Amino acid sequence: MSTKASRSAARLMLAPAVILLLGWMLVPLTLTLIFSFQRYLPLRGGFQGWVGFENYVRFVTSSAFWPSVQATVIIVGGVLLITVTLGILLAILLDQPMWGQGMVRILVIAPFFVMPTVSGLVWKNMFMDPNNGLLSHLWRSFGADPIIWLSDASMLSIILIVSWQWLPFATLILLTAIQSLDSEQLEAAEMDGAPVLSRFWHIILPHLSRAITIVILIQTIFLLAIFAEIFVTTQGSFGTRTLTYLIFQRVLESQNVGLGSAGGIYAVILANIFALFLMRIVGKNLDR
Amino acid sequence: MRLGKSLVASTALALVAASGAYAQTLTIATVNNGDMIRMQSLSGEFTEATGINLEWVILEENILRQRVTQDIATSGGQFDIMTIGMYETPIWAERGWLVSLDGLPADYDKDDILPAMRAGLSYDGTMFAAPFYGESSMVMYRTDLMEAAGMEMPEEPTWDDIAAAAAAMTDRDNNINGICIRGRAGWGENMAFITTVANSFGARWFNENWEAQLDSPEWLEAVTFYNDLLQNYGPPGAANNGFNENLTLFQQGRCGMWIDATVAASFVTNPNDSTVADSVGFALAPNKDGLDKRANWLWAWALAIPAGSQQQDAAMQFINWATSKEYLELVAEREGWANVPPGTRTSLYENPEYASIPFADMTLRSINAADPNNPTIDPVPYVGIQFVAIPEWAGIGTQAGQEFSAMVAGQQTPEQALARAQALVTDEMEAAGY
Amino acid sequence: MARSVTIQRKSLNTLIAWIIGLLLFFPILWTILTSFKTEAQAIADPPVWFFFDWTLENYRVVQERSNYSRFLWNSIIIAGGSTILGMIIAIPAAWSMAFVPSNRTKDILLWMLSTKMLPAVGVLYPIYLIFIQLGLLDTRIGLTIVLMLINLPIMVWMLYTYFKEIPGEILEAARMDGAGLKEEILYVLTPMAIPGIASTVLLNIILAWNEAFWTLNLTAARAAPLTAFIASYSSPEGLFYAKLSAASTMAIAPILILGWFSQKQLVRGLTFGAVK
Repeated sequence: MSTKASRSAARLMLAPAVILLLGWMLVPLTLTLIFSFQRYLPLRGGFQGWVGFENYVRFVTSSAFWPSVQATVIIVGGVLLITVTLGILLAILLDQPMWGQGMVRILVIAPFFVMPTVSGLVWKNMFMDPNNGLLSHLWRSFGADPIIWLSDASMLSIILIVSWQWLPFATLILLTAIQSLDSEQLEAAEMDGAPVLSRFWHIILPHLSRAITIVILIQTIFLLAIFAEIFVTTQGSFGTRTLTYLIFQRVLESQNVGLGSAGGIYAVILANIFALFLMRIVGKNLDR
Repeated sequence: MRLGKSLVASTALALVAASGAYAQTLTIATVNNGDMIRMQSLSGEFTEATGINLEWVILEENILRQRVTQDIATSGGQFDIMTIGMYETPIWAERGWLVSLDGLPADYDKDDILPAMRAGLSYDGTMFAAPFYGESSMVMYRTDLMEAAGMEMPEEPTWDDIAAAAAAMTDRDNNINGICIRGRAGWGENMAFITTVANSFGARWFNENWEAQLDSPEWLEAVTFYNDLLQNYGPPGAANNGFNENLTLFQQGRCGMWIDATVAASFVTNPNDSTVADSVGFALAPNKDGLDKRANWLWAWALAIPAGSQQQDAAMQFINWATSKEYLELVAEREGWANVPPGTRTSLYENPEYASIPFADMTLRSINAADPNNPTIDPVPYVGIQFVAIPEWAGIGTQAGQEFSAMVAGQQTPEQALARAQALVTDEMEAAGY
Repeated sequence: MARSVTIQRKSLNTLIAWIIGLLLFFPILWTILTSFKTEAQAIADPPVWFFFDWTLENYRVVQERSNYSRFLWNSIIIAGGSTILGMIIAIPAAWSMAFVPSNRTKDILLWMLSTKMLPAVGVLYPIYLIFIQLGLLDTRIGLTIVLMLINLPIMVWMLYTYFKEIPGEILEAARMDGAGLKEEILYVLTPMAIPGIASTVLLNIILAWNEAFWTLNLTAARAAPLTAFIASYSSPEGLFYAKLSAASTMAIAPILILGWFSQKQLVRGLTFGAVK
């Protein structure tokens, strides 16, 4: 259908994006790869010789490695579960007729505009602090001992903070999807006397499947990289050290760039395996 | 005003001595602590006198460390003056990354700087960073609560005295915790405190062959004692409490005792911020019965010039201004003697006006009692009291700190925490090629 | 026609939705409220809600200490610049993928997304060294480029999904009328794609504004945006909740206001091809 001319024009238009991203990917990746085979300790003068796969072996055999992968999966999985589930419910609710719909929407999406550092700081200090946080005041007013959020429920705390930030995003995408749902179809089902739950399972959920996969894909990309929320709250203590955070500790705290770079390469590989899996699903959905 | 004038005069002289008189701009990276904020607000005087403009990069401690370390290790050249501590100074100086401060003029009076501070900020006998304020650690306690409990705090307490006082002052119903100490993970947070406790129990990080020693009985005894103190008499959520959280608690009257940096003395006795300002007493950091090593540390926040700075002369002028005797007088004139950055100069402690401040004497005694070269009973291959001055320490300290923090949170026993810390320290040291 | 709804049901919806909305918004509201309190009121137990002596003291202190307007200006330049630059590159790319698809289009798209998988901390050293070489440290242009590259995949993908929904027949018709490539884009596609472009722009501004790793690590004084401004209030000595709240409010207010005004646009536009 398209002419030869428009094909080459199309390539020309695609080229800048592809070249830039290729550069953005290849240059740092190559340098990271090179570092990962070196003993590279900036505080001891930098390059100290080639060490083969030593950094790679050291990184995975460290006792911190598997717990960090686990922490990453739990945080990403937990946030996805909360944001998608609540996002669907919230989207359905916001689609219903009500007074002040616009205002409610504004309230719901607001957390998405808050920068991660600020949200981490606000939650940590003003809500979760066991002595002066609002939640501890609340618990005490009921005569209960306040929960020590960041140490006794560290994972839950991080998941809550991150979910709070990302719930608006999930809700927005799911809401647009629901709004496109053919209301006549729903009405017909309602007329037939189909119960609410069955309408949800058989009409709404299938309609949302595509939107849900997209929410999962995009959020996963961002969630794998979360850093600020952990840095300002637990600093990786109490089992909240994700893979990203572990790499941060190796590179910036221990100043072992070789070891950290090997960790970076692992992270890329793991993330891509995960992404490939996800993209298969989304890719299928894109074709539909 | 008179003082401002003389400052102007002295720095103007220095300016003539320096080369170009064109408008320069220095970029200064510093911590968001109160004394530094005050320096920023007073720095207009410096600019007025010298025509040198200042750009301030004021960051929270952790981010600041990360930024300046990254920049100096890559010769990024982003800063003309960096605020660093006793830990970084000798390591960076050894690499040749810092400009020697030998160029400071004679009237700067280097000999006036407290010997412990000068030693901690020197490498090979040359000073590479000028102390902006210095600190040791000491016991701060509530005199009213001690009195109510019918006890008296000795000036030189032992750990047994501390434990007994903590037990007596703890009053959970009234939200009063016998003792507040650091539990938050970090080499500059809980590990600073735990390491001093360990020192006073005769434990050490490494033996002379750089082998980690956290599996020693001394460490177990020290860590168990620390853990018991916090579990029995500490505030809720102690595992998340660092310097600042404890400061807030103490100011709110929720701690019977607080063992921490000597600089905190001026905050807890300041009636504007502290509800207990008029009932705070001070004592030396404790030792263990029978052992002659007190658990006090030594630290200074200091100003240094990275070798990559293009404006070293101007930077030297600024350091000369900010760490001078005249600066101390300037602060005293504007904000009172209690707010002067402490712990740097002998002349400050000889000044009768300053010596009359309740915590001045105890601060000086604490600083003088600290010896970075012999931090504990047994000999060690490293320098540093509450830290080990090797590049790997920041990583080691923080990760070990996380294990101890998990212990305070009740997630593991002292034995488990020490075993895991020992394993990871050994790991890191191996990775660094020891 | 609209579904008939009883008043009761509408009331119930309204009630539940408002409760949830206020709950989600509460942390922000609390931060704003706290910013007008004294430090002592900020940690008071029981908490003080609305009836206290509102004070602007915290804002005065923050303003006195930091040059807020410069941080703000840097944030605007960097977020705005990276968005404009990104759109210039992303629109043609998305256009060509949507209207002249080849059998590799999907792979390219997915590959683009995968470039976002590289953990930033892992490549900090390489990027820092490159920035030193190019003299880009602490420059707005350097940061603009990095943020543009970080968000480019998302932009391309978002635009692609909008463009794909524009029926091809319209293009055919335009070509029949003798429209060239330029006219096609300028007069036919762009107007139809405006809603999609607008929401892409919005999302990108939000993401760039809130980015807190590169903006902190690649700047010092001159190019530092609001994320660095926050880092100087995050845990100082002494009581700081009220001042932190004031600084936080100042950092998020501009983007919050922008978001509120464009809320309709975002709600309509944030689909990522989720709607068929």
